[in-house]
Amino acid sequence: MIHITVGGEHREIGENTSVEELLRLENVEMPEYVSVSVNEDFVTRSDFAAHILRDGDVVEFLYYMGGGAV
Amino acid sequence: MILTNEQLERYSRHIILKDIGVKGQKKLCEAKVLIIGAGGLGAPAAMYLAAAGVGQIGIADADTVDLSNLQRQIIHTTNDLGKPKVESAKETMQAINPDTDVKIYNEFIYSQNILELIADYDFILDGTDNFPAKFLINDACVMADKPFTHAGIICFEGQLMTVVPHQTPCYRCVFTNPPPKGAVPTCHEAGVVGAMAGVIGCLQALEAIKYITGAGELLTGRLLIFDALSMRFHTAKLPPRGSGCAVCSDHPSITELIDYDPPTCGVKGGGA
Ligand SMILES: [Zn+2]
Repeated sequence: MIHITVGGEHREIGENTSVEELLRLENVEMPEYVSVSVNEDFVTRSDFAAHILRDGDVVEFLYYMGGGAV
Repeated sequence: MILTNEQLERYSRHIILKDIGVKGQKKLCEAKVLIIGAGGLGAPAAMYLAAAGVGQIGIADADTVDLSNLQRQIIHTTNDLGKPKVESAKETMQAINPDTDVKIYNEFIYSQNILELIADYDFILDGTDNFPAKFLINDACVMADKPFTHAGIICFEGQLMTVVPHQTPCYRCVFTNPPPKGAVPTCHEAGVVGAMAGVIGCLQALEAIKYITGAGELLTGRLLIFDALSMRFHTAKLPPRGSGCAVCSDHPSITELIDYDPPTCGVKGGGA
């Protein structure tokens, strides 16, 4: 197991987990509309499956937020 | 311009700041800021920018004040119910600071009017509540080379980023396209805490003040995320400007403004 931080919260996940798998593990609805950064670097959507998370990684999910006026 | 004695007193707390001073205050008094949306984000931003002495503030919105707005849109009061939001906003702003010239635009933005609206302004605040408007503002500001600050809020969360077109990443560099209509819960369904809108709207006002005065470092190249439940602010570094972006790359594929379908509002993972 490795230890990572997701949106500021600690997580323990299996070794060789990809960003794509993490989105599934975190039950992110509609992962096609979430942007992801790892250690403050933006992960390109086409790299989600290939990008393997490492021990100590800090992951942020960037969601669309539309609210404001109404 | 020369600041009057009354202005020196009104803005004295700015003037003693070494990053603003008389010079910065004069810049504020000569600046023109456009706020699109007189709602949850635009309300506090408009009030603080008027108080700060911004010379001309434009405010664009075609809605009227509704009872359900008052939980967060603090520029409007119970007496304003039914009034056009821009009129109610103007009254509050002028009561705060009669020096500020408030221009009102009682219209919604779309591809045919936005370029004309933003043309006269130095800095734009996106206080809208839907993705078609957010992408339209981004694309128009990139095309017209107008710096702006984006913000979004939902439930207990907010996000913010400032864009200096062709120098720093734009909204589309991060969020490629609007989510399809109906695919994500709307603001009305999801709700938002009023004070959340206040926090994020005030951060937008701060970005405008920093841009105008040159104080500090703008929130460019970074997305700020605020989670009120855990009381955490954090920033995520964004990809470099233009890398494959449809609108701000050196060879953009989007060269005309797009009117996307009406409002959708937020997408959220499980767990939070
Ligand atoms: Zn871009």
